[in-house]
Amino acid sequence: MKTKNIIISGVGGQGIILASELLSLAAMEAGFDVKKSEVHGMSQRGGSVVSNVRFGEKVYSPLIEEGTADVILSFEKLETLRWIHFLNPQSGVCIVNDLEIIPVQVSQGKGEYPGDIMERLKKKASRVYLIDGVKYALQAGNPRTANTVLLGALSNFLPIEPEIWEETIKKRVPPKTIEANLKAFWLGRDLFKD
Amino acid sequence: MKMLLSGNEAVARGAWEGGVLVSAAYPGTPSTEILENLAKYEEVRAEWSPNEKVAFEVALGAAIGGARATVSMKHVGLNVAADPLMSSAYSGINAGFLIISADDPGMHSSQNEQDNRILAKFAKIPVLEPSDSQEAHDFAKIGFRISEEFDTPVLLRLTTRISHTKCIVEVGEREKVEVKPYNKAVHKYILVPAHARKRHVAVEERLERLREFAEKTDLNRIEWGNPDIGIVTSGIAYQYAKEVMPEASFLKLGFSWPTPIDLVKKFSSQVKKLYVVEELEPFIEDALRAAGLEVTGKEVVPRINELSPRRVRVAFTGKELPHPEPEDVVSRPPVLCPGCPHIGIYWALRRLRATVMGDIGCYTLGFQEPLSAMDTCLEMGFSISGAHGLEKAQGKKFARKLVATIGDSTFLHSGMTGLMDIVYNKGTSTVVILDNRTTAMTGHQDHPATGKTAKGEPTKAIDFKELAHAIGVEKVFEIDPHNLKMTRKVLKEAMELDEPTVVIAKRPCVLLKEERKRLQAKPKKKIIPEKCKGETCRNCLTIGCSAIYWKDGKAWINPLLCVGCDLCQQLCPFGAIVEDVKDEN
Repeated sequence: MKTKNIIISGVGGQGIILASELLSLAAMEAGFDVKKSEVHGMSQRGGSVVSNVRFGEKVYSPLIEEGTADVILSFEKLETLRWIHFLNPQSGVCIVNDLEIIPVQVSQGKGEYPGDIMERLKKKASRVYLIDGVKYALQAGNPRTANTVLLGALSNFLPIEPEIWEETIKKRVPPKTIEANLKAFWLGRDLFKD
Repeated sequence: MKMLLSGNEAVARGAWEGGVLVSAAYPGTPSTEILENLAKYEEVRAEWSPNEKVAFEVALGAAIGGARATVSMKHVGLNVAADPLMSSAYSGINAGFLIISADDPGMHSSQNEQDNRILAKFAKIPVLEPSDSQEAHDFAKIGFRISEEFDTPVLLRLTTRISHTKCIVEVGEREKVEVKPYNKAVHKYILVPAHARKRHVAVEERLERLREFAEKTDLNRIEWGNPDIGIVTSGIAYQYAKEVMPEASFLKLGFSWPTPIDLVKKFSSQVKKLYVVEELEPFIEDALRAAGLEVTGKEVVPRINELSPRRVRVAFTGKELPHPEPEDVVSRPPVLCPGCPHIGIYWALRRLRATVMGDIGCYTLGFQEPLSAMDTCLEMGFSISGAHGLEKAQGKKFARKLVATIGDSTFLHSGMTGLMDIVYNKGTSTVVILDNRTTAMTGHQDHPATGKTAKGEPTKAIDFKELAHAIGVEKVFEIDPHNLKMTRKVLKEAMELDEPTVVIAKRPCVLLKEERKRLQAKPKKKIIPEKCKGETCRNCLTIGCSAIYWKDGKAWINPLLCVGCDLCQQLCPFGAIVEDVKDEN
């Protein structure tokens, strides 16, 4: 198998590190070599955050090269656009959470939040999926499981069995939220049933 | 057992397995988690020190005292500890001593991208460069053995991408390592000139023995591939080069200083063209050139900024892989959190048109718009001593608008001595200690004024007011930076006094657990749109709160981000900002 390259992006505080941790642990459980890289520190304070996850038989670079990401999973719309040049131009998939978090410059009235993000993404990627993570998270019974909904959607594009995802979620999320997270995972996964 | 560990977690695990007993550190990205993880092991006496020099000396003292020890820090921390570093190379150790330096190529959270391999070479101690978490784990253990075999401190050099990349690591159990007896050895540990002269000879002889070791150790290995291209590489650069040039022949150096010249010569004689791929400085490259080898290195591999697969590919092929054009996207820099205690200080200093000498921490963000209240931020402690120098240059009148702002942890790190200097040399600058009860920027570590140790045990807490008085500052003010009016008034008064003044701005970081709990219970704020005067006012925007946004010519509050502090409320002249009290029905 060719090494799988997944970019998870969003805004500091959105739970990107935990989501990429779940993905990495699931890939490890599935028997793959895994590397995941992200930068801490300054990025925590509401800044742009990105995590690179790579898994396969043997992974060397922890960083994904421009033009080679199989999936960009983004928890915020603008943060998908920021990393779009990493996507494989032929086969890459974008999974976008339908959420806008306004950067400070924009909220200060200096600069616009682009209104045409989806159009711009579609020009560069053949498959772009917009998912209302919070809507399904509420269905799952906990609005904070939106990330798990998106991981469920992502799982359709990766060679990791759902049982392994379930086990990983059970091991890693707070015990009280296991049920909601499992529900959220399946709601996301089933979005691509057809 | 296999675990998914970051380089920092792996170093901690490896050091623990290697029998470390004493670990000291000062937090700094990307090194912080090393000590945080060491502190979790019951057997390890792990401590936060007030600064890297102290941390280094604590660990060195422990090593001389017979216990395996580590000191960890970010790259610039080793500058602070450079004095004991140089001396420890002469003194040698008793039990294994690892200096763990986490460099930050690309300056993700730093003021420079110095390459600390050069500092190790300067100090004449060996350098280990792991290229993933497994090696970070293994090298920590091996490092102790090398340290003891050669009676030398060992530099374990990590970089951001090693420290903060998680990989699968095969871990082991803790070795039983007894604490060695402490033996008085004045010829080593008292570096008076007569002793030091002899020690210098020992250091040079040690380097020669280390070079011989480097030629044989399996920390350095050849991976034969296509003999047309031979790549000498180390650290994370190895991974990028393997990714991009999998067919090439590799000489991977895990022990990069002293450089195994004979090994490189052997490798070089069997490849057509010799390359060096390394991040930042031409460290290995220079050693090879000095030995008369012909290499291609920094002419194609960039010296500035961190490497990446793309940059290594361009170095070898001149081309990038096909990829979509990057989009021009509005940037999203980190910002001060809603309710951050620093906001009030910088808001007031801007209004007072102060010249502000800043320092290293979250509060550095006070330089950004709209607070825009900072003139300098160079390195830890410069705010205070630099302000004193500025006063000496511009005079007392100028000093009436001169303020140094420094966090609680940074003040204890290297601000105290500067404050002493202001008092001693009759300065009049105002020093504001931003006391948010934690080392916030690096993820909330304790320090000597929080009343808690790295192990979570209660301890004495330094009182800044008493400390300032003891140093000789007579006028010490304490304020709540969330009271904007008072903050502005007190700062103005302190700045105008013709004597040294200290203002302690006391309020906990909003991200601290107890503070978060307290704030969760508070109602959020909302803006009544009919009362908001919009463009003609914009007062609430002057604090740069990320919970306030501008839409349709008016201000609004995002209830998901608002923490319910009343900074914006204090600024609204029209009473448009009120508590968002939920209707009980």
